Amino acid sequence: MNEPLFSVGQRVRIADRTPPVHHRVPSYAKGQIGIVERVCGMHAEPEKCIRGDGKPFQRIYRVRIPQSTLWEPYKGTDGDKLEIEIFEHWLEAAE
Amino acid sequence: MKYRTISTVLQIAKPRYAMFNQDMSDSWGPHDIGGQMAGPVDLSEHDIAHWEWQVDAMVRLALGKGLISDFAELRDGIEQLSPEDYDNLSYYERWAKSLAYTLLSRGSISEQALNDKVAEIRERQEAAGLR
Repeated sequence: MNEPLFSVGQRVRIADRTPPVHHRVPSYAKGQIGIVERVCGMHAEPEKCIRGDGKPFQRIYRVRIPQSTLWEPYKGTDGDKLEIEIFEHWLEAAE
Repeated sequence: MKYRTISTVLQIAKPRYAMFNQDMSDSWGPHDIGGQMAGPVDLSEHDIAHWEWQVDAMVRLALGKGLISDFAELRDGIEQLSPEDYDNLSYYERWAKSLAYTLLSRGSISEQALNDKVAEIRERQEAAGLR
């Protein structure tokens, strides 16, 4: 099993793309920057399963994003955060 | 409980794997509604009908036999539903329609075989006075 590309605390950007198949990234999270909260397990990559390319496993990360950057205006408490699990192939390192 | 015939399942969309690498619009399908305004959540309890258990069992059998590769594939079929179907079909109606779509797309079953089976079941139900 390959090593994780990203580590806990690292800033990552979620890709902004929309393939015409089921993918586990909602529109509101696309293009957003967050922090890796934890490195989760592996699961089969949905897009490739659907395309019939077997069941290649990909690592999943839990990414933490401030709610105030997701929603404008955000009326909740300042410290509110969204945690969302994102496959590695949807992430890149962010400044 | 509302009842809908399985013939609605046969209104299937064409496979679109050929355009896999295209980037689609910002919002992909009627399911992608996170953050949009929504009405109150229906919290009422409901019984699970026998046919719903059967649909659940069929999906798990199809997974076990490798006829569908992963729950992602079932989910993909659900996201191919028209916005109208997506909103109006019940949970297991969506599963049934997605399973039919996937098995037809993969060529695991033919449309003729599915139509014949539906007709056979309908006749049986009519003979038993269930219709």
